[in-house]
Amino acid sequence: MIPRVVENRAAWTARIVTGLGMVLLAGCGGVEQFPQTSLEPKSDYAIAIDNLWNLTLWLGVGVGGIVFAILAYIMVRFRYREGAPEPKQVHGNTRLELAWTLVPAILIAIITVPTVQTIFATQADAPPNALVVNVTGYQWWWEFSYPAGGDTVVTANEIHVPVGRPVHLRITSGDVLHSFWIPQMGGKRDLIPGRINHIVFTPLEEGVYLGQCAEFCGDSHALMKMRLIAHTPAEFQEWLANEAEPAVDPERLASPDSAILLGKQIATTTCAACHTIRGTTATFGKTGPDLTHLARRSTIAAGILENNAENLSAWIDDPQAIKPGALMIDTGLSEQEIAYVVAYLQTLY
Amino acid sequence: MTTTTLAPPEAAPATPGKYETGVMSWVTTVDHKRIGIMYGIVSFFFFLVGGLEALLVRVQLAVPGNDVLSAELYNQMFTMHAVTMIFLALMPLTAAFFNYLVPLQIGARDVAFPRLNALSFWIFLFGGIFLNISWLAQAAPNAGWFAYANITTPQYSPGLNIDFYVLGLQILGISSIISAINFIVTIINMRAPGMRLMRMPIFTWMTLITAVMLATAMAVLTIALTQLMFDRFFATAFYDVSKGADPLLWQHLFWMFGHPEVYILILPIFGIISEVIPTFARKPLFGYNVMIFSGILIGWLGWGVWSHHMFATGLGPIADSFFAISTMLIAIPTGIKIFNWLGTLWDGAIHYTTAMLFAISFIAMFTIGGISGIMHAAAPADLQQTDTYFVVAHIHYVFFGGTALGLFAGIYYWYPKVFGRLLDEKMGYAHFWLTLIGMNLTFFPMHFLGLHGMPRRTFTYADGLGFNSMNMMATIGSFLIGLGALILAYNLFTAWKKGAIAGPNPWGAATLEWSMPSPPPAYNFREVPVVHSRLPLWEGNPQFEAAIPKGKRAEDTESVTIGGKTVGHLEYPDDESKMSAHDLGIHLPPPSLLPILMAFAISVFFGGFILHWGLAMAGFVMLFVCTFLFAFEPGHSGH
Repeated sequence: MIPRVVENRAAWTARIVTGLGMVLLAGCGGVEQFPQTSLEPKSDYAIAIDNLWNLTLWLGVGVGGIVFAILAYIMVRFRYREGAPEPKQVHGNTRLELAWTLVPAILIAIITVPTVQTIFATQADAPPNALVVNVTGYQWWWEFSYPAGGDTVVTANEIHVPVGRPVHLRITSGDVLHSFWIPQMGGKRDLIPGRINHIVFTPLEEGVYLGQCAEFCGDSHALMKMRLIAHTPAEFQEWLANEAEPAVDPERLASPDSAILLGKQIATTTCAACHTIRGTTATFGKTGPDLTHLARRSTIAAGILENNAENLSAWIDDPQAIKPGALMIDTGLSEQEIAYVVAYLQTLY
Repeated sequence: MTTTTLAPPEAAPATPGKYETGVMSWVTTVDHKRIGIMYGIVSFFFFLVGGLEALLVRVQLAVPGNDVLSAELYNQMFTMHAVTMIFLALMPLTAAFFNYLVPLQIGARDVAFPRLNALSFWIFLFGGIFLNISWLAQAAPNAGWFAYANITTPQYSPGLNIDFYVLGLQILGISSIISAINFIVTIINMRAPGMRLMRMPIFTWMTLITAVMLATAMAVLTIALTQLMFDRFFATAFYDVSKGADPLLWQHLFWMFGHPEVYILILPIFGIISEVIPTFARKPLFGYNVMIFSGILIGWLGWGVWSHHMFATGLGPIADSFFAISTMLIAIPTGIKIFNWLGTLWDGAIHYTTAMLFAISFIAMFTIGGISGIMHAAAPADLQQTDTYFVVAHIHYVFFGGTALGLFAGIYYWYPKVFGRLLDEKMGYAHFWLTLIGMNLTFFPMHFLGLHGMPRRTFTYADGLGFNSMNMMATIGSFLIGLGALILAYNLFTAWKKGAIAGPNPWGAATLEWSMPSPPPAYNFREVPVVHSRLPLWEGNPQFEAAIPKGKRAEDTESVTIGGKTVGHLEYPDDESKMSAHDLGIHLPPPSLLPILMAFAISVFFGGFILHWGLAMAGFVMLFVCTFLFAFEPGHSGH
């Protein structure tokens, strides 16, 4: 019969191993489970980082495993036993100490060489054919402008790029520090007012990639999200051409609704203080996101709400309730007026 | 578990003179041991406060979209958690150990400047209170402990929050610099005869390195804080981008302080661990010289790595490569230390006391933190990891798995020396297991959270990103740590009056502080010892032994057993230890009221910036007068 103590110990060991396993397994899973993961790289830049990460990961796990194994052995083998003689008083061993100086030095060298190579490879100048996108961060949203579109294409919070062509982001900030991070496209780069930083990467697969601000930037730092949409080159050109167009004029719509016309009137007077809607009289407001093609975006409020009538109304009604500290002013519009504005905004394809 | 209950030791009669007992004796004390105890109590209190702040952060993050804390309050909470833990809990806890132990370990009566020592404690206490008063003003610092420019300029932070930060940290900086200089002078000048540098206990060595780093690093932080203070109060433009400033200046200055700060928090722990492990393995420290040189090397390299916090700022490939390599180099001396501790344990006779369990788990947890450190030393990989929960995991394996576990080891190890009584080992085991399991449950999943895209300093996260279960795990783990801390607090409190009598050397340790009664008399050593060995109590010669004031009568000795194993001996306090310094004709510096008054004046001066200019002027005048009196205060009580 197994003594109870041993049985307990076995049961506890099983429980601890299960618990450890749960902690370890909690992090396993792909992009379906973790849509913002950095571990499924989808650009040349992200893949270069991932390769380096894997090297450090496995070397680290190896070294850690060895240290833990030695420690576990020591803890069992050299535990005090009743009546054992005092241990031999050893003060050191030069040869051993040299060995455990040299071995880490060699491991460091193994990591250093690819690290420096990757640093230089990933920070190389952008090739001449790269698509330039200017990124500007604000509390708490992103502005993307495309000089390729005649410098008129300005959009917010959703950055569109073609696959297979290098993208050159020129990034800066309009107020405080932010950091641009779309994990599957590669590493972060800070947005620093007064400086222009660069990220160069080539998206490899079509899709929608999630990201968000990674440098603390005040109250709603957690809600400063964005997404990158990687298109086929043809789709991208189509998107860019449409974005370069002025806003849809409701009077030219097949069935111009009076609500939409009223909405346009309010938008081009009240909202125009901060927002631009190209093709209308609202062309001077630059402190808020450009709304020219708002209806084509999948989200509003910097990637935190689905772009639909209900969310638009809620946002216009009380932005601070959705995004603490949001700088959008209280428009003082009535519920009816907001409904008109939303009706108009939804036509802005 | 001890086999014996002895009568409590009678309190030693105090030195005749003013302020001999009661509250005033503590307020005016210049005794490094009493100052050490006060440092310990105050910083342990702040440790619990910082822990409470951490629990609130974890409650908010337990589920997605939670609204227990508002965004504004959350940002204050995570900022104050870090500020409290770093400046008010961990650093001053190491200072408690420096204060209490260094003079005892080097055979000195006190530190070189006893009144300055009291001054640095009182400044620390007032600085801590100053920072926490911000809660009452509903304006606690809210830009992170790093407070990156330019969000801290009046334009983006018009409230009082950053004022409290910039003034509070300046107050604390004064305390640290004074204390660091004091310990450098003490260790260089006050060693007992024969206590050569290469015979110093390793804890004292690490204190010396830490003090040198502290004096220099704090100066850099003070420069940055002064600039920011001038920006906020006198409309300068060090960090105002609209007037041409470059906010990266702050990051360079902050991390030039901030990275040495990391070693300021870990080197004393290397010292503690290097004392605890040999004692309970019953073997001298493996590779003493190498341990010291690697400590010096870590301190020195610690100055050349600051920009690894700034890889994402775009410093360019040459700077990135330099700082990646310099950072990785630190792995070499750190690795040496880890293996030397393993070498110390190897072939030893390991006694699993609570102190030893914490010390060994320190090796394991710090190794995890070190390895993830190498991962983000690889600059491109860091661009994915920085500012995510991966780094939160890393710093907590270093600061909690490293600094906090090491401090716990030190607390269980030296508490009997300080209070003359042993902490309860059963409660110690409970504390240990809750802490070890809790910390891994809290911090290990954070590696994955970061790699899967969760940025840090975010007051909430959306459902559907896969962050839910790991955040819940972390929250549960944090409460286990909290429960462990409460058990420790209860243990500390009850053992003070009810713990088993410890005797001079309950663990059979080797260094000088264990040669005297517990608690040691006010004058420390009756006669200044002459040191002939690195391990005086293990390798002591008869001449030395004779100079040690301790009760050696065999009939007074009983064994101390923990978990059924004999780990040391109990001894009754002997008569000699009850004699006061006065009786023995030993001169001790007299108590002084000026340190607390000066500290108060400094706080009033800085408080004036927030409340009223007149107050700042009053504080300045008071400080001036106190400094004058301080300079001319007699150094002896006239016998």
